[in-house]
Amino acid sequence: MNRSGLSAAALISLLLGAWEGAVRLWQIPVFILPPPSRILETAVLQATVLLPHAAVTGAEICLGIFLALATAVPLAVAMFAKPVLEKALSPFLVASQAIPVFALAPLLVIWLGYGIASKVFMAWIIIFFPITVSLLQGLKSCDAEYRILFSLMGAPFFKTLALLYWPWALPQFFAGLRVGVSVATIGAVIGEWVGAQQGLGFLMIQSNARLQTPLVFAAILWLTAMGLFLWALVGILEKKIITWKS
Amino acid sequence: MLQVTDLAKYYNGHPVFSGFDLHLPTGRFQVLLGPSGCGKTTLFNTLTGVIPKDAGTITWQGQAVTHLGNLCAYMHQKDLLLPWFSLMDNALLPARTRGSDMAGARDRAGQLFVRLGLGGFESHRPDQVSGGMRQRCALVRTLMFDRDLILLDEPLSALDAITRQRHQHLLLLLQTEFAKTILMITHDVDEALLLADDIFLLTPMPMGVFCRFSPALPKPRAFDAPELLRTKARILHHLEKGGVS
Repeated sequence: MNRSGLSAAALISLLLGAWEGAVRLWQIPVFILPPPSRILETAVLQATVLLPHAAVTGAEICLGIFLALATAVPLAVAMFAKPVLEKALSPFLVASQAIPVFALAPLLVIWLGYGIASKVFMAWIIIFFPITVSLLQGLKSCDAEYRILFSLMGAPFFKTLALLYWPWALPQFFAGLRVGVSVATIGAVIGEWVGAQQGLGFLMIQSNARLQTPLVFAAILWLTAMGLFLWALVGILEKKIITWKS
Repeated sequence: MLQVTDLAKYYNGHPVFSGFDLHLPTGRFQVLLGPSGCGKTTLFNTLTGVIPKDAGTITWQGQAVTHLGNLCAYMHQKDLLLPWFSLMDNALLPARTRGSDMAGARDRAGQLFVRLGLGGFESHRPDQVSGGMRQRCALVRTLMFDRDLILLDEPLSALDAITRQRHQHLLLLLQTEFAKTILMITHDVDEALLLADDIFLLTPMPMGVFCRFSPALPKPRAFDAPELLRTKARILHHLEKGGVS
């Protein structure tokens, strides 16, 4: 492990130790604040309870990411190809971010029901924007001299896109995707809070009402792990794909 | 033969150049020599149609054309190699974008790699080789355009002085071995003297030709040939006066 990894691990252990010590010292009831050891214990022992809910939330997140990719990439490319489109659409893109999407969650349940669709939609709205914006910026950041070279070679737009613009934009695309996947869990969980029959967000609300606080924390732990896993996955994918130094 | 007549480009109402004429016979190596920022790159961008010309005519091999964008190959001071492709794939870009026979293009690029001292480095990435090798790869790519006219925009100015000297004779190959017609812009007097059939000194703002030298020495030339040194002295003398006649 490198130096920064080591110091991060040390800081985390220190915080967890302080938490554990404080709970024990002041004898804080478990339903108010369970100690980390209890949370970890619940997260492991209750895995059979957590797993089906995690599977649902995971499916929502993955579908949301997939939908976001399937829509953000073509839109960013279209806006890049036709600046008129960018001018026309960018106010809507910005406005879509100004709307507090969480306020839409109850409406989405009315429109799309208590099932998985409303949560996928929430995740999609949240992921869509960072991917679109960062990919568009990446495409636009291509140096003029390279564009000139390709235009002198007589390369049509889609060939230039495949050979030049797309690889050029990849680092920024991945930066957007990384932001996207790390906020995706938020979208899915908020959707589940408002109305659902399964999922980690649903489990949290249920356990919260029953004062099963360790289970609430265990669900948060699982969510965090899922978010970190996706984040790391994007990082690995990025390293596999971007093998060159710019 | 390239004939440019009365070419003009204005920027915010001011001429970058106007009434610019150029006569470049086939197979000749002409150099436009002038200080940085005098409008040389704007001239190239206008000639290649990257920016539209405001006036003037361009004629290539007797045919009037709007620009030379699809008639010339172009080499920039930056190598403009794509870091995600190998040197070979970079050299094949013109063939790939044109959609021509890739097997044949690969053979030809392979020969050029060997000719320009890049043999064995075909599958290296640009970041794995030196600046000089990158620029030679850019030269292969330029040749792979398969066009008779080549525009060189300070092609060696990003290289250090020692590497540059070693690469000047490679540029000469464009004329002597590959029979190209060449228009180069540079601010390097020695480079112009070593390579050019005709040297045009440029005045800035608006850009124009105010002086022409045609060293009639056979190539390759030695940098210390007495005639070249005499011409160099005259060129430096003119440039010292600020190029304002």
